[in-house]
Amino acid sequence: MAKPTTPRPSRAKAKAAAPAAGADHNRPRPDTPKDYKATKEELLEFYRQMVLIRRFEEKAGQLYGLGLIGGFCHLYIGQEAVAVGIQSALQPGKDSVITGYRDHGHMLAYGIDPNVIMAELTGREAGISRGKGGSMHMFSVEHKFYGGHGIVGAQVSLGAGLGFAHKYNNDGGVCVAYFGDGAANQGQVYESFNMAELWKLPIIFVIENNQYAMGTSVNRSSAEDQLYRRGESFRIPGIQVNGMDVLAVRGATEEALKWVQAGNGPILLEMKTYRYRGHSMSDPAKYRSREEVQSMREKSDPIEGVKKYLADLGVLEDELKKIDQDIRKIVSDAADFAETSPEPELHDLYTDVLVEQY
Amino acid sequence: MGIEIKMPALSPTMEEGTLAKWLVKEGDEVRSGDILAEIETDKATMEFEAVDEGKIGQIMVAEGTEGVKVGTVIATMAADGAGEGGETAQAPKAAESAPPAAPEAAPAPRKAESGTSKLATEAKATVKDPALPEGTEYIKTTVREALRDAMAEEMRRDERVFVMGEEVAEYQGAYKVTQGLLEEFGDRRVIDTPITEYGFAGIGAGAAMGGLKPIVEFMTFNFAMQAIDHIINSAAKTNYMSGGQMRCPIVFRGPNGAASRVAAQHSQNYGPWYASVPGLIVIAPYDSADAKGLLKAAIRSDDPVVFLENELVYGRSFDVPKVDDYVLPIGKARIVREGKDVTLVSYSIGVGVALEAAEALAGEGIDAEVIDLRTLRPLDTATVLESLKKTNRLVVVEEGWPVCSIASEIAAVVMEQGFDDLDAPVLRVTNEDVPLPYAANLEKAALIDAARVVAAAKKVCYR
Repeated sequence: MAKPTTPRPSRAKAKAAAPAAGADHNRPRPDTPKDYKATKEELLEFYRQMVLIRRFEEKAGQLYGLGLIGGFCHLYIGQEAVAVGIQSALQPGKDSVITGYRDHGHMLAYGIDPNVIMAELTGREAGISRGKGGSMHMFSVEHKFYGGHGIVGAQVSLGAGLGFAHKYNNDGGVCVAYFGDGAANQGQVYESFNMAELWKLPIIFVIENNQYAMGTSVNRSSAEDQLYRRGESFRIPGIQVNGMDVLAVRGATEEALKWVQAGNGPILLEMKTYRYRGHSMSDPAKYRSREEVQSMREKSDPIEGVKKYLADLGVLEDELKKIDQDIRKIVSDAADFAETSPEPELHDLYTDVLVEQY
Repeated sequence: MGIEIKMPALSPTMEEGTLAKWLVKEGDEVRSGDILAEIETDKATMEFEAVDEGKIGQIMVAEGTEGVKVGTVIATMAADGAGEGGETAQAPKAAESAPPAAPEAAPAPRKAESGTSKLATEAKATVKDPALPEGTEYIKTTVREALRDAMAEEMRRDERVFVMGEEVAEYQGAYKVTQGLLEEFGDRRVIDTPITEYGFAGIGAGAAMGGLKPIVEFMTFNFAMQAIDHIINSAAKTNYMSGGQMRCPIVFRGPNGAASRVAAQHSQNYGPWYASVPGLIVIAPYDSADAKGLLKAAIRSDDPVVFLENELVYGRSFDVPKVDDYVLPIGKARIVREGKDVTLVSYSIGVGVALEAAEALAGEGIDAEVIDLRTLRPLDTATVLESLKKTNRLVVVEEGWPVCSIASEIAAVVMEQGFDDLDAPVLRVTNEDVPLPYAANLEKAALIDAARVVAAAKKVCYR
């Protein structure tokens, strides 16, 4: 059983419209997505957001080590291109997003204030959930970011519900429901696929396949390890995307939005990506080799990838250094804020259990 | 010789029905499998097939007759002449079911009486809602209709309210609670789901987070165990975990508790389970007025509500006040019978049992007060403690298991806050601490009944 795992995201070209054996070839399918053609300004913004996530998560890791952050803390380092590429294609205030517990990166990509995110990680009154949610349970209804859910796979059904609400209200919005390769084996995911396609709900299911569900690699847990095919038996088309390349991610998202907004129902995007850190802060990650991680960092790092694109457009290293410095300041300020903000008042223990008084 | 055709029981809870239509007439030859008649139960109109072959003799119950008890002879049939070709197998069977010697004397098969027959009493509250003005008109309504009316009224009032669940739309509800809603509101708002409780509970909760007001029907709460993660982890905890930002105004409703002869996996009271969860509202009404007024309140609430109904009382009729918008407060118990000697506390179907016991106790000179908790979370302990001050004796009646029950909770509250008012220990009358068995006699032994309540009440009264 000890098959060596060889993740291949860097070589995984977008495989669209590749129906599984036996699928109905006459059914309409989305077009094969093309890499997004970003302007220099857009690329700089992608770079800025991805570096912000990377530095923020590194800082969160440090604060965890210092005991300022407790419990479970799942870092997004390595996966930045996924959240940044997808969010950049969405319409703020119209489209909704929901994800699992690895949620810091998504919130930052959504433009939510790093201070209130970091303060939630340290369990302070100023945190986005007033210190009562922590790393895994953060929400911003204002940004249509619906969490931040701690139960593996729950966000998929809840996301289908958000898609249901878009359709019911006929508001033109699309829900993006993110989940991991681990959650992809939960039963409720398939219950949701079935109803989402049956009712043609406007939802993009995004599998962030970072190769490991905690310590179990995809090919040790999944009979069909090509996860983009997991919707086929529900007639949900799937596209496999290089999740380490922000332009590939953005391009695939555009295609997915086109499909969903045309009333075709849901679509599934499998983002092949990689997390550099352990599953959570307490994971020693003995299930993979140091060389494997090192190889991914050297060959496929999403931030280095954007740097290359920027260099091709003649952006100088100095310009990026300026961005890096600004971000270090933002992150360091967020950490200071999170460390110095007061904890919730004791009476907050009893608030917000219910909305109404009975 | 003649075969008696009897009014069949077409559902586990059917006791009588309407003989809607005869599809055969006297003298018709019928073969096994032919449809003889259409029979209306409390839930549906069913076709009744011939089991035996032969000629219809006499039709004893005319079509259109209502309230025909199960087991009543509705027609007779002359058996086919034996011995013709392949029909021989029929002859001994017919002879067996109707011995030629003395058909009248044939011993009636011993009907297995469900233990639930003693649960579903006709008992009604003797105290009307004091909030209603003198002279309010009341309309006899079944619990089933009251629930339907509540949903229909709230759907008319608020466009965000919709109903989803298994068989709620085209089938008109597995227990006919959603009857007519599809017709009035259409398939955008009355939605049939696949059999996929975990999935649709999650979709409902997500839709609520997205600003809608879903009513999710579980065919029974037994099946909600597949979905309990969303009820608790998604619906109940989100408001707290989000620091009050993200609400989940949803109603999970459906029948709960023991049904009739359906055994352990389909007979459980989940009241104590859900009532233990902060962040949920849990309601378990007994009669039609409370079912209506509380379901309307549940739909309007901004909190997630678990609304526990009871299949055995769906078909019972009670008075519902004829007022425009009958909404009851959540979290308020109701004194359904006043008394001074002992307090009987119950909820849901147990209230009927407690009322029946109170009637019996009155015959023995014990004046029992009966409290219907109506809401299990938040629990109206004030009303219970107030009554205890007057009676000094308390028995909790609960159609459910004894361990970690609502009865246990009431006993604990009374110990902590009403100890000085107690003249006797609090007693619990609950089901036996076993999975509910199928066999009629065992089922009967496992479930509460008025006699057990009477015995407990006498014990605390030292009588």
